Amino acid sequence: MKPETVNKLKISANAAKYDVSCASSGSNRPNSGKGLGNAAPWGICHSFTEDGRCVSLLKLMLTNYCIYDCAYCANRKSNDIRRTTFAVKEVVDLTIEFYRRNYIEGLFLSSGVIKNPDYTMERMVSVAKDLRIKQNYNGYIHLKSIPGASDELQQQAGIYADRLSVNIEIATENNLKMLAPDKNFDSILNPMNTIKNKIIENKEERRKFRHTPRFSPAGQSTQLIVGATPDSDKHILNLAGDLYDSKNLKRVYYSGFIPVNSYDKRLPALKEPPLKRENRLYQADWLFRFYHFSIDEIVNDEYPDLDLEIDPKLSYALRNPWIFPVDINKASYETILRVPGVGVLSAKKIILGRRYSKLNLSNLKKIGVVLKRAKYFITCNELKAPTINELLPENVRRILLKENRPVKQFNKSLYKQLSLFPVN
Amino acid sequence: MNLFIYDQTFEGLLTAIHDAIDLNIKPDNIISTKSFQDDLFATKHFISTDSDKFDKIWNQVKENSNEQNCQRIFKAFLSESSDIEMIIHDYIKLVIDTPYNVEVNFSEDSVLKLNNIQKKVGSEAQRVLMFVRFQKTTDDIYYSSFDPKYNVIPLTVNHFRNRFADQKWVIFDTRRKFGYYYDLENVREITIGKQKIDFGTGKVNDDILHVSERLFQKLWKSYYDTINIKERKNLKVHMQFLPKRFWKFLPEKDFKMKYVLN
Repeated sequence: MKPETVNKLKISANAAKYDVSCASSGSNRPNSGKGLGNAAPWGICHSFTEDGRCVSLLKLMLTNYCIYDCAYCANRKSNDIRRTTFAVKEVVDLTIEFYRRNYIEGLFLSSGVIKNPDYTMERMVSVAKDLRIKQNYNGYIHLKSIPGASDELQQQAGIYADRLSVNIEIATENNLKMLAPDKNFDSILNPMNTIKNKIIENKEERRKFRHTPRFSPAGQSTQLIVGATPDSDKHILNLAGDLYDSKNLKRVYYSGFIPVNSYDKRLPALKEPPLKRENRLYQADWLFRFYHFSIDEIVNDEYPDLDLEIDPKLSYALRNPWIFPVDINKASYETILRVPGVGVLSAKKIILGRRYSKLNLSNLKKIGVVLKRAKYFITCNELKAPTINELLPENVRRILLKENRPVKQFNKSLYKQLSLFPVN
Repeated sequence: MNLFIYDQTFEGLLTAIHDAIDLNIKPDNIISTKSFQDDLFATKHFISTDSDKFDKIWNQVKENSNEQNCQRIFKAFLSESSDIEMIIHDYIKLVIDTPYNVEVNFSEDSVLKLNNIQKKVGSEAQRVLMFVRFQKTTDDIYYSSFDPKYNVIPLTVNHFRNRFADQKWVIFDTRRKFGYYYDLENVREITIGKQKIDFGTGKVNDDILHVSERLFQKLWKSYYDTINIKERKNLKVHMQFLPKRFWKFLPEKDFKMKYVLN
């Protein structure tokens, strides 16, 4: 390992850090024949940076040279930044040494496009291949699939990697074409389709022959940039829902836009990244993946954008007061999930616990329900208390917002110690 | 007042519970010999650990619930918290006395308490998997210190044995002064003297550190510092996920480390 590797590592990490995908879960690759590593199906984070994101994978770019000129990307061709290229062996060594010290859960490798997609993809695949075959490494590998690479290479990538991803970045095709003239939706959705079909094929094949190597066992994911274009939340969430359904994606990541190329006038000038909006989008994403919501219930023509002040579930509840109050001791699992302040775990515990005795507020509290929010939307084995229907939605909203607000700073000029001997 | 005094082992605790049920006494407290202080007015029962009694109770619990539930009880015991003995006693008594499955009845106090404690122990074990950092020594052993709140290192051994099957490693609990050593074949329990390792910071002395170790620590730290996005700074979440008590073991949080390579 040479001293210049430190510089290379810095440049490469700096280039790769805007990719938000960090999951190391979903793959159950055992350690075979006393090799190194295994993939834990639940995923393990190994550190956290000061921006609160987890560090699970060693995120590297094989190179940050690129022939494309996408407006939102820090590594675009026209940017005057330091560029570097890793040798295959360097990446392999770094991964192995970091992995052995339990710093990381695996490797996330992407790359700028050099020469042509096939050449780039081939180098990335050879990193994964070296790790798996030469080093007998069974840890997690996430490869970024390069749009336009041949099927042969995609196939190989899927066999060595645990997860593949292709990033869409911009939610509408027109805006994508404006910001990234070299790209269009087809060039991104085609590889996604290929990967999806290969995963399905592989599953069927494994049913017939048990020892067929798995193809991308942790599925595929993508990323959408939020706030770089005027697309509404309705648009973004509908696209995400469509991807989950039609492309069998495991995850869609939302990334608050960080103005890396502030000189480009096609992009909006933001003071700070839209972190709140990003957070609300993830909450909405969870609602339709785990809480049996449909996207139409979260965002529709009447409410195309998510409410930034309150979370999407609460705002759904305030818009639809007639389904409340929900009787905790009788309602179905799906209905209980719609109560603000009740999560998946507490809902399951409620279903299990109420078989033995009727639940009251103190039971709910111990189960982990956030009563501060839930109490306006439920009835249980307790005296009747005012619910959303008596208090009216706008009042509930006001009360909840008031409780969330931080306590005002104590104003010193108003209150001071009285003097024993007034001077006058 | 009835006091049951046992020898700090899990077998001992179950023997105590067996005796309490056998004598039909509800103990006011079950305490280990370590934390026992003499009480003038109490009736004291000194328990001698008996593996037959342990088996009897343990099998009864297994029959009345399931294997997973037994794991939960054992995990809760590893928490070493001061009132865990009575919670386990109440829980086991409940499981044995109830003719139907009671382990998901969360309106029952002991069920909820036991579940909450075992969950905390589980997440502490997960923290060990996350934050253990190995340092390579001159004899190619990867050494790591840890200071877990609960006695969870035993729960993590299997994970590390599966994952690092081709390297020798040591994980040492600096609070409880014992650890595990994997010699490419088996894992065995060990103790280590203070000469070569600083128990406060978990660092291995320079003279037995592998030549490349410093380089990789520096590479890791510089990587860690680079991937931080300054525009998104969020120290509250950072502290929530990475509490300060773990920082001393993490090379990326070692503020004294210099970037300059020699």
